[in-house]
Amino acid sequence: MGKAVSSFGALAVRRLEDFVYGRSPFPVTCGNGVEIGTGIVIPEVNFTLQTIDINADTWPAIRRIYTETIEGICKRAVELEVPALLVEFETLPPMTIHPPWGLEIARILSDKLRVYHEKSGLKAALRLTPNDTRDHQRPPLMRRGTYWDGMIEVFQAAPGAGADLVAIESTGGKEVCDEALTACDLRTVVFALGVLGARDMEFLWTEIVRACQGTATIPSGDTACGFANTAMVLADQRFIPKVFAAVVRVVSVPRSLVAYEVGAKGPSKDCAYEGPYMKAIAGVPISMEGKSAACAHLSHVGNVSQAVCDCWSNESVQNVRLLSASAPVVSLEQLAYDCRLMNVAARRSEDHARTLRDLLAESDAALDPQAYVLRPDVVLRLSADIIKEEGAYRRTVRAAQAAVTELNRAAKEGEVRLSDREKTWLDRLKEQADSLPESEEEMVREMLSSPCAEKFLPEEYGIPT
Amino acid sequence: MADLQQLNEAIIKGDANLAKSVAEQAMSEGVDPQEVLNGYMIPAMDEVGRRFENNEYFVPELLISARAMKRALEIVKPALVESGAEPVGKVAIGTVKGDLHDIGKNLVAAMLEGGGFEIIDLGVDAKPEEFVKAVQERGAQIVALSALLTTTMPSMKTTIEALKEAGLRDKAKVIIGGAPITQQYANEIGADGYSDNASGAVSVARKLVAR
Repeated sequence: MGKAVSSFGALAVRRLEDFVYGRSPFPVTCGNGVEIGTGIVIPEVNFTLQTIDINADTWPAIRRIYTETIEGICKRAVELEVPALLVEFETLPPMTIHPPWGLEIARILSDKLRVYHEKSGLKAALRLTPNDTRDHQRPPLMRRGTYWDGMIEVFQAAPGAGADLVAIESTGGKEVCDEALTACDLRTVVFALGVLGARDMEFLWTEIVRACQGTATIPSGDTACGFANTAMVLADQRFIPKVFAAVVRVVSVPRSLVAYEVGAKGPSKDCAYEGPYMKAIAGVPISMEGKSAACAHLSHVGNVSQAVCDCWSNESVQNVRLLSASAPVVSLEQLAYDCRLMNVAARRSEDHARTLRDLLAESDAALDPQAYVLRPDVVLRLSADIIKEEGAYRRTVRAAQAAVTELNRAAKEGEVRLSDREKTWLDRLKEQADSLPESEEEMVREMLSSPCAEKFLPEEYGIPT
Repeated sequence: MADLQQLNEAIIKGDANLAKSVAEQAMSEGVDPQEVLNGYMIPAMDEVGRRFENNEYFVPELLISARAMKRALEIVKPALVESGAEPVGKVAIGTVKGDLHDIGKNLVAAMLEGGGFEIIDLGVDAKPEEFVKAVQERGAQIVALSALLTTTMPSMKTTIEALKEAGLRDKAKVIIGGAPITQQYANEIGADGYSDNASGAVSVARKLVAR
């Protein structure tokens, strides 16, 4: 399989004073003059279609929507003098299943960004994120088949379509994880992320990195959105305890790290709320979202998620008309002002940046365990613990145990507010975490003889049976 | 003598083994299965639904209770069928074409089953013709549609249209739900009911079959 670029046996960011927004140990340069992680935070804007069928008949209208929307975004970006702009184009499934559609839109967006760069000096780059359409089949084929072929076709053609960065929200293991989340079954979640997810990340990202070789397109990053953000949304709906969602967030770290182990460069995907852990461990720049993404989903981490970001994103917003302007332009404006504030503070001094970082973290961290595990000092502490282990599975087990221990301590010392009901669940999670199988082999053996085995195809993850 | 209150509490607490054994005892004593179901089992799941809506239960507790309900129902069902009793209603449920999200759909299915409905689960990415078939060939009286994406919501309307084209629109009531769904959207596409939560879906379904 893929050759590891690094196994990240040591933290890339070791000191809290170095763990701040705008700066990452290994910055990325891309697109038309865009630098990420070199000292300033830039907005990343993403927009999507309103409710519309995507087919050959509606395609001309869809093309028009994207053309008009990017024009509006670029115009406002110039007016607001953003230091640089990252535009993410997340395809919708029909555009990945039918790659020419997705690639056509990428070209439209890329061309517009180039025009504004030449005309107005706007530094800008395009991130192309195809869907993980393998998820359309259950159990999914992860390494072959029509959906795999379509995805890879998009990645291979992305450089020619003008994409400066490529990313994906991959879903390997999700077929097992979803039910485990609703049942608060930590053991199965650890299997889904630490075994299936990690294996799929290695396979998939090796291919993505290969597709970018010899081109100017950068393989940027992935996200545990389909796992940890699903948990976050379920917790917000009070379906599952927040402590469980917080533990899942940390448990998702080793799996997400695999992309960088095989050559992804960052920035991580905006919806990868585990991004701070990627920055701490791998040193890659990270894109984050929080209150700015309320247009897409609500959260309890609206400020803390901004604390160490390098790109600040709106996640996605439908192209609808608001009172002032189209929603994507409104989003861009909100992001631009947030970035302006962060950059002004950083320009004043590193201490000012750290103060703003700490205020962002403090405003959320005590109120919700999901925010607490994103507090920068907590991120560094848990990251250091996680990488004491080797290999994705052992790191995932360690992440579960470390997160539970940390939350218990924080609750006892009043650093995070937990209801009695949440504390009861933390006790249950400790029991689950303490009983996790020691080795990946043991976990696989157990899962292959459980009802879980009907949900996934072992050979699609390189698991011998 | 079977302590039916114990059965009720076993379901609420999610004790599947106890629920099963009390149900077995009740059936062996010849207790009226409809009395067992309507007097003790369904009220237990109604209480579970109430606790969930009041944030006293999370979904895992709800699922454990649903499992206990299911275990007891396996024991009581043969007697119900023998006595000629019909389920409260038959529901064909699925996430619509193009959409693969099923967490909400599975929750609603579990609650409906706990509420005495027979469930035909069409899974995810369910095409309109699958719902038509469920009504036509399996007698579904309610079609429950779930969607999580604004881009897949139109499939709900398409499904309703498919029922009309098949001449089945008056044979089944349609209820819809999912994160982007609203009552207004339900009204626009001609759905018969909408709920933004799993317990509410059971109430809506009950009202619709009573019509």
